[in-house]
Amino acid sequence: MRHLLSAADLDRPTAIQVLDTAAQMAATQAREIKKLPTLRGKTVVNLFFEDSTRTRISFETAAKRLSADVINFAAKGSSVSKGESLKDTAQTLQAMGADAVVIRHPASGAPHSLAHCGWVDTSVINAGDGTHQHPTQALLDAFTIRRHLSPGGVRRVGADGDQGVGGGLDGLRVAIVGDILHSRVVRSNVQLLTTLGAEVTLVGPPTLVPIGVEAWPCQTSYDLDGVLATGPDAVMMLRVQRERMGAGGGGFFPSPAEYMHLYGLDARRIARLPEHSIVMHPGPMNRGLEISADAADSPRSVIVEQVANGVAVRMAVLYLVLAGVPTGDAAPAAGSADAKGAAR
Amino acid sequence: MSYLLRAVSPLGGAPTDLLLAKGVIAAVGAEATAAAGERGVTVVDGSGLVALPGLVDLHTHLREPGREDAETIESGTRAAALGGFTAVHAMANTTPVADTAGVVEQVWRLGRAAGWADVFPVGAVSVGLAGEQLAELGAMASSAARVRVFSDDGRCVHDPVLMRRALEYVKAFDGVVAQHAQEPRLTAGAQMHEGIVSAEVGLQGWPAVAEEAIIARDVLLVAHVRSRLHVQHVSTAGAVEIIRWAKSRGINVTAEATPHHLLLTDELARTYDPVYKVNPPLRTQEDVDAVRDGLADGTIDIVATDHAPHPREDKDCEWAAAAFGMTGLETALSIVQQVMVDTGRMTWADLARVMSVTPARIGRLEQHGRPLAVGEPANVTLVDGAARWTVDPDRLATGSRNTPFGGRELPGRVVATFLRGKPTVLDGAPAREAGMHA
Repeated sequence: MRHLLSAADLDRPTAIQVLDTAAQMAATQAREIKKLPTLRGKTVVNLFFEDSTRTRISFETAAKRLSADVINFAAKGSSVSKGESLKDTAQTLQAMGADAVVIRHPASGAPHSLAHCGWVDTSVINAGDGTHQHPTQALLDAFTIRRHLSPGGVRRVGADGDQGVGGGLDGLRVAIVGDILHSRVVRSNVQLLTTLGAEVTLVGPPTLVPIGVEAWPCQTSYDLDGVLATGPDAVMMLRVQRERMGAGGGGFFPSPAEYMHLYGLDARRIARLPEHSIVMHPGPMNRGLEISADAADSPRSVIVEQVANGVAVRMAVLYLVLAGVPTGDAAPAAGSADAKGAAR
Repeated sequence: MSYLLRAVSPLGGAPTDLLLAKGVIAAVGAEATAAAGERGVTVVDGSGLVALPGLVDLHTHLREPGREDAETIESGTRAAALGGFTAVHAMANTTPVADTAGVVEQVWRLGRAAGWADVFPVGAVSVGLAGEQLAELGAMASSAARVRVFSDDGRCVHDPVLMRRALEYVKAFDGVVAQHAQEPRLTAGAQMHEGIVSAEVGLQGWPAVAEEAIIARDVLLVAHVRSRLHVQHVSTAGAVEIIRWAKSRGINVTAEATPHHLLLTDELARTYDPVYKVNPPLRTQEDVDAVRDGLADGTIDIVATDHAPHPREDKDCEWAAAAFGMTGLETALSIVQQVMVDTGRMTWADLARVMSVTPARIGRLEQHGRPLAVGEPANVTLVDGAARWTVDPDRLATGSRNTPFGGRELPGRVVATFLRGKPTVLDGAPAREAGMHA
């Protein structure tokens, strides 16, 4: 894997390979000494044009656990307002010896441009671009779902099982709820989860569902209660920004109270879910808007675990990109000696 | 110096000879042939070449004054000549804005001095393109530049009262308001056509309705005040349908399509290459087909380039940070030939109508878009319709490289362009003397 720009870049074998590698990485993280020597001598640059402490720290932790050197470069605002172009910033970082650039950017397609415009020849990992893609978030979500649910919707028991290694998410039904229009998380998840065999239903107010969604490989609904009544195996709540409410932000919904009433996940709704269903959220949460405290802290919630899994998944991505491991059809079978060796 | 164009095919018809002398077409046929060998007559072998009236662009951004890093009147009109144009209308969104008699006269004079093509300035509708107060349209109309086309192009005259006033006011001097139809509230922050592709690539959508709603309003307004409306760069199937309806009702509206909206679609945005970022945006194949149909059946009257040069730094960046616009003067004829003539949907005479005769009529130009007949101004373009060439952005004459057609092989090559009998292009290259004859 040379770059990771979009969940659409991942075919099923590659996606499963990333998840399986992440499982091996996760196993090492239970040890007393968490650090692996795998990427010693490699330099990873976290190039963040948008504030995202959580994602940046997750990538930083992942890179450091693999013994890579990490440079954090926070360039607030767009290239235009900053006065230096994305191209110049990227070339500066390459000149300092970056092997991989992890980029978060408010403009959709900025990582794509970085990888394909001939500005630099480093690997590029998309850590979220505009309203386009956030592939490592989708990978950690898929990883989390796979750990908890086996195909068909049976909850895996504890940490003793195989945790789904080698498999996909076939037949699992996932509801993704909230601001679909502005969400890069949802675009990556629709592609990755369906690649892995899951069925995705998007739920949100019509104002927050994009024109053109009909071409996506998923169902769309405006009725949260109706979708919950079908008993989804996983319910993923998306962050809704309060700024979207006012006329200046587009007036997408009338009030936080009405949003919570129609599309918020609360104790009442969670009680109607099947026993095995899990509740997810990419964070940061707006407690009391898209998710109530009862729902966020319920035993079904795997939200905190998603954060831990994020480190394992990003370790796997950095390893597969930087160690030059063959991926997809070119790769040896999952759990091979290669990947094990890396995780040793 | 006179020029004898031997065996050219006027509008693609039977070969004949044209003699260009003293700024006019002095003779046609045997009478012209007889001039061969006379002193001061240069013979141009035109066998296999189509002769067209010099092309007229109703929509060109020459960028001067203000953005000479992107284009100058000199470089832009040289590109125009190479594209077969003898007249271009220079849009008003310069710095300063062409909203006074002083600015339009300056642009007009610079065009005269350059000598590659006649430059007809377009006057701004509103002061500073701000959409609030009418600019001095009368002063621009009666200036040396004799402005007849008014437009806030780049911005929409969205205030219905201002639009009404502008339409009414230009009646005094037979002017026309050329509208950039874009409802601003529906397109705040918009980056590309809103549809399946925008949903997937995560770029904010520019919905077709934002164009169509303004066009619908404007055709009703112009019917009410009995003036002249020109709709710029029609890009959607719905817009074509509204204009077709308006014309069927006898409403006085004309419309243009750009070469890029006749050929390219929003699928290109998947590359995130800002060379495909343009306003209005590239639409779907269904829209492209409707625009072609509209041009073929006369709903859309003309092709205009919307030539919009930008310096490299404004395109060598992420999509959202990039400027809107594409160059087009040097590729327009080839695109129209490929899409409309080579497909059998139009004849060369039709092409002359949509790229010369009608744009000249809309702009109320008396010396352009005329028949290839004795006594008419010698504004003539010779095209080799059988030639093919590959667009190399580095080798175009325009001051900027933002052509969306780089690497494409296109049919049709402009071999010669004559402006009032003097060559601005010969053998497909700029004629060096052109700049010296104002």
